[in-house]
Amino acid sequence: MFNYEKRLQYPINITQKNPQAAAFIISQYGGPDGELGASLRYLSQRYTMPYREVAGLLTDIAVEELSHLEMVSTIVYQLTDGLSPEEIKAAGFDKYFVDHTLAVYPQAAAGFPYTAASFQSKGDTITDLYEDMAAEQKARTTYDNILRMIKDPDIIDPIRFLRAREVVHFQRFGEALRIATDRLNEKNFYAINPEFDLPSGSAKTDFNCPQKQPRPMIPPSEMNMPCCDKNKLH
Amino acid sequence: MMAQFRSQEQLLHWIDMVSLMLVDLTEYLDTHPCDEVAMDHFNHYQSLYKKALREYADAYGPLTLSTATPDHLWCWGLQKNPWERRND
Repeated sequence: MFNYEKRLQYPINITQKNPQAAAFIISQYGGPDGELGASLRYLSQRYTMPYREVAGLLTDIAVEELSHLEMVSTIVYQLTDGLSPEEIKAAGFDKYFVDHTLAVYPQAAAGFPYTAASFQSKGDTITDLYEDMAAEQKARTTYDNILRMIKDPDIIDPIRFLRAREVVHFQRFGEALRIATDRLNEKNFYAINPEFDLPSGSAKTDFNCPQKQPRPMIPPSEMNMPCCDKNKLH
Repeated sequence: MMAQFRSQEQLLHWIDMVSLMLVDLTEYLDTHPCDEVAMDHFNHYQSLYKKALREYADAYGPLTLSTATPDHLWCWGLQKNPWERRND
């Protein structure tokens, strides 16, 4: 199940209206490499993923992508909130306005509505993880392209955050691919498709949870935490 | 009380930071399930996060239903939505 937190993952406070920017940033909401496709891709792939770590990672990244979806739609909303009919016409935002007024609607920059045809859930571990790594890079490129066209620091700041998270997710999916291939035939990764050819439930995990012997927790004072100034933070 | 030293915006910023550490550590631990140092970090930020969510709920209204303690007014539904601008 999912729970909602009434805050954005990263703060967004855009004061300058900019319908031109909204018209292309919306691609990261409902476009081919957008956050909606990202979260649905990972949420769809996880059921048949036979390795628990990888299925868990797909879940946790999918949930973060939903937070990114909310950030992108917030950017679009704040960029278009309060537009007058004159501003809408002058900015060429009239084609969007005619169909959706100023509501947020999942579509690509080119205008076509969100389509699940932009992602796969193939049911093959290697295939899906390569798709996921490519998806993170495609989203990263899209954010780079957006950053090339934006001058407003209020927009640049959250877009940079989103871009950085794509890079982290690419790294994590790369590690997941390693976890998967480590359990396959090292002479031929494609000898079987572990999502289909293994008996159901046979390759879940190498570990036993919950852990039987709890380990004493290291007090924060003995941890090496470079980001944490203990005098300032409680 | 920490609330005395922090504005609503500062406390929300603190929650954003602590929560991002948790999200990042969660995804890291998903692919490094035996990294005990990362787990210590997770536990550390987890306790900061819980404390801050409680503090925020008591001072400014709940960010999560698990910290909501409705009394005479359903603030969960009435408070500002995340997409609203700071000064609106």
